[in-house]
Amino acid sequence: MTESIIHFHPHGKLVALVGNPNCGKTALFNRLTGGKQHVANYAGVTVERKEGKLTLDHQKSLRVLDLPGTYSLYPRTPDERVTCDVLRGVAKGERKPDLLVCVIDATNLRMCLRFVLAIKRTGIPTVVALNMVDEAKSRGIEIDIPALSRELGLQVVPTVAIAKGGDALLRESLSTLFADLVAPRAESSPAQRNLSTIEGDSNDSHPQQPQQPQDPAIQLQQIETDHARVQSILQKLGLDQIVHHSSSDRLDSFLLHPVFGPLVLLSILFTVFQAMFSWSTYPMDLIKDLNEFLKDQIISTFAPGWLTSLVVDGVLSGAMGVITFLPQILILFLFILILEESGYLPRAAYLLDRLMGSVGLSGRSFIPLLSSFACAIPGIMAMRTIPNMRDRYVTMLIAPLMTCSARLPVYSLLISAFIPQRTVGGYFELQGLVMFGLYLAGIFAALFVAWMLKVLTRAGKQTRPLMMELPRYRWPNPWNVLIGLLQRAVIFIKRVGGNILLLTILIWFLASFPLPSSGEPIQIENSFAGILGGYLSQVLGSIGFNWQICISLIPGMVAREVAISALGTVYSLTSMGEDGLSSALAPIISQQWSLATALSLLTWFVFAPQCLSTLAVLKRESGGWRIPIISVTYLFGLAYIFSYAVFNLTNYFFSPA
Amino acid sequence: MLTLDHAIANQKYRISQLHCEQATHSDQERMRQLFELGFIKGESVMLLRRTMPGSDPMVVRVGSSTFALRKAEARTIGVEMVSS
Repeated sequence: MTESIIHFHPHGKLVALVGNPNCGKTALFNRLTGGKQHVANYAGVTVERKEGKLTLDHQKSLRVLDLPGTYSLYPRTPDERVTCDVLRGVAKGERKPDLLVCVIDATNLRMCLRFVLAIKRTGIPTVVALNMVDEAKSRGIEIDIPALSRELGLQVVPTVAIAKGGDALLRESLSTLFADLVAPRAESSPAQRNLSTIEGDSNDSHPQQPQQPQDPAIQLQQIETDHARVQSILQKLGLDQIVHHSSSDRLDSFLLHPVFGPLVLLSILFTVFQAMFSWSTYPMDLIKDLNEFLKDQIISTFAPGWLTSLVVDGVLSGAMGVITFLPQILILFLFILILEESGYLPRAAYLLDRLMGSVGLSGRSFIPLLSSFACAIPGIMAMRTIPNMRDRYVTMLIAPLMTCSARLPVYSLLISAFIPQRTVGGYFELQGLVMFGLYLAGIFAALFVAWMLKVLTRAGKQTRPLMMELPRYRWPNPWNVLIGLLQRAVIFIKRVGGNILLLTILIWFLASFPLPSSGEPIQIENSFAGILGGYLSQVLGSIGFNWQICISLIPGMVAREVAISALGTVYSLTSMGEDGLSSALAPIISQQWSLATALSLLTWFVFAPQCLSTLAVLKRESGGWRIPIISVTYLFGLAYIFSYAVFNLTNYFFSPA
Repeated sequence: MLTLDHAIANQKYRISQLHCEQATHSDQERMRQLFELGFIKGESVMLLRRTMPGSDPMVVRVGSSTFALRKAEARTIGVEMVSS
């Protein structure tokens, strides 16, 4: 599995999977392609493009595209727009598919068949994959497939995406259609009549292609007509009785219960957090040890010089430092994928909608914000699931306020150096309380910013629709979870590999140059970063930061915890591993800094956008500079104001004089 | 007219009409989206639960699909009881 935008089989015939959300489309895609997929972005939009290769018998292969799920061909979200554009043959960097597989949920024909009728009007040859036929059968829904095929005027094949071999009939059918596609002049087969319209290249205009009507009244009428048609089809097939999802309903009466529902949600969230921090200890230590080992090897093998320094202090300390968080991120995503596959995730959004709605967001913003407690980068990447663009931008703006794990080493250092170890109120550790307070400060600041945006902006005051489908519960399929997890890992590493690596090298350059003429390694205070830090301390002196802190903030832009190793460098402590460094630093700073400075710095780290990687991802995911610029401005502004307040208040109340 | 947000839970209704509160663009947009999800005149509909405080949002079954709707959306769906 790789991530790239290069088509590995650009001239092959293109099959696209379309369907309603929750119809098992992606599971079928995984089944057809066997996990051999390329994940990339569509040109100019942050919508995931998934392409795979389907190998039919006799070495023939088709390119298969998994188009984003949509309820209709009138797009509401960027994802849905991509699907519509591809089907109309106007998507940038994508040609019109030669063949469509319209995936429908056999247990919910009422909704899916309306979509099939809309797809049929695109004029692209279509096979209908009647998915989840096993589940329909077990619930007593018997579908007369030949009759359905006759009524729709399309070929219909039953599939079971989650079972091995559940795609056999679809493969067979695609194989036949493929033969027709490559030999278009052959005498007409049943499929041939449908296929005759798609001869030629995608760049050709398709005069026969019906345009989507733009007049809303006509659109509504079209939906009503389709609905009536579906009703009559279902009636003919004897399927017009609504069969209830009794087991899902029973689960819902517990999981959406006013008292038990939130309790279950809380315990799930608690478990996820516990797992994220406890399971990740071992792999994170392993990565750190490996990193230290590599550094030692390089230092002992190669002569000291700027190249060695680049690899050791730049690439390994910076980019590998970010990779250290991969285990946490993967554990978090494992849980999110399981919750998503099982159908619980929209329920969680439902339970939290009221709370999030009070600050002008919807329940869907919750999971991305939760992810941001591990690291804002996967959190911001997960915001693609928020359909409303305004909600998405606001969520992006507040995500960096969630306390990510990179802040923890900084918090622990400062707390251990300045907050006395004593018990408050008989039960609580003062140090623990301060840590908890820092988490809360971030959360409240985020809610407050969202609320301000709700009150102050026109778009914030409008009520935006929720309209979220609650699909049936199902057992998560391990294979699909695994594929999803691998894709997350590849995307995360690619982000680190690209932008973040470059930024890391830039920061390293600032901290290592200009080279002194003596040939000695540079003292950090004489470097560009040191000079910048000097300027900074003139501004930040008003919030109690000395020049040592200011210098460490600059390398800290790579990832917050790098600030600690930078402080170590400033105070001339040789590299001794993270734990050793912290315990060596704590007595020094507790002697040299005032309490006000320490609290001010803690406050600074709650707010300041001290992470270029996050800003790079913000730019990428929002598709422009606007959001990252707003983000930097307001977060630095808040950081300065609050640090200023904390510094001066502390001096006032705890003044040494 | 009875609207879905005032319906009795677990009672069968039929959608009588969708109406825009104001003829603003966003209202019409919302109506179209409800339409696309299957909230179409004549379709059977049932309020499954209104467990959240102030019954916002609520869980609604339309046809054979289940949706979470906010109160403001449910208010635009006119319903009539199906006597059985």
